[in-house]
Amino acid sequence: MNLWLVMIAIGLITYATRLSFILIFGQMEMPGNMRRALRFVPAAVLSAIIFPELLIRDGSLYLSPANDRLLAGLVAFLVAWRTKNALLTILVGMAALLLLQALPLQF
Amino acid sequence: MQIVQTSRPEEHRSASSPHRQFLSGVEAELPILIGVIPFGMIYGVLALAAGLTPWQAQAMSAIVFAGSAQFVTAQLVGAGAPGLVIILTGGVVNLRHALYSASVAPYVKPLRPLWKWLLGYLLTDEAYAVTITHYYQNSKLDTPKQIGQASVDRQEHWYFLGSGLALWSTWQASTAVGVFLGAVIPESWPLDFAIPLTFIALVVPALQDRASLAAALVAGVVAVLALDMPLRLGLITATIIGIGVGLWLEARA
Repeated sequence: MNLWLVMIAIGLITYATRLSFILIFGQMEMPGNMRRALRFVPAAVLSAIIFPELLIRDGSLYLSPANDRLLAGLVAFLVAWRTKNALLTILVGMAALLLLQALPLQF
Repeated sequence: MQIVQTSRPEEHRSASSPHRQFLSGVEAELPILIGVIPFGMIYGVLALAAGLTPWQAQAMSAIVFAGSAQFVTAQLVGAGAPGLVIILTGGVVNLRHALYSASVAPYVKPLRPLWKWLLGYLLTDEAYAVTITHYYQNSKLDTPKQIGQASVDRQEHWYFLGSGLALWSTWQASTAVGVFLGAVIPESWPLDFAIPLTFIALVVPALQDRASLAAALVAGVVAVLALDMPLRLGLITATIIGIGVGLWLEARA
């Protein structure tokens, strides 16, 4: 499918989502079930992207201390957990990966 | 102190003027922009790496205008996922905006449709965070029925507009810088690692209770197990199962 069409479709869906309650359901409360489900969307979708990025290499599971993306990801997790600082998390995680790639550890 | 007190009536009036509200909204958004600039740049770089043209990368920032959906889209385009799967996944990633929409709806209810259409377009994570705080703080003394009209009387929609436009223009500009940098950064740099790092930075502060922690862990593990699912449907499957586990745990508690 044409990438432009894909972008426009995602843009329209996003816009419709943002407008939904402001415009159409102005009179109405969001149903409780929906509100409860939506709360989990960011955590679920972001983790579903993070895990394979860290754990899969060339199409298969790569659970090893030599997996530098996994180690750098864990470092980033600790920084995010301790500081809640997004920029610092990205910078430290990236630095950790570059360091691990430059200094291959022997196991 | 005395000066402040004697000038209070006038100050109150000017605090409710559209342009004062607008500037307050811009000002409140500024600290967040420091974090948004690198995100926009990283997006621009990654979009080119995933195979988007510079124009497509830039246009997506205006058409979709949602960081995480744009990252996911770029990633799925790079992985060769079919268009419908990309649309479905991008749509699900942005479902959380329905929560924001429901939460600001009472405050913007009396506005004319044109305002609603404009503010809806600007309802991003970052503008929402700043605006809803402003709404809460100022409406403490309003009864639920008054909230909308009182907020509009105080011109608080201009605050929303200020924070939204500050974010919008910063997002477009930082995307442009990233698109430009993407053409000059060597391909050997592991810039694609910025995607999981960005998401780690976003997700970890959101894991505040057992149910959301479980939703995240289950979604992550299922995504790894479902990697071989056709059409790259693993991401959306994992997301839905993660949400289901979160709901189930919450209901049991």
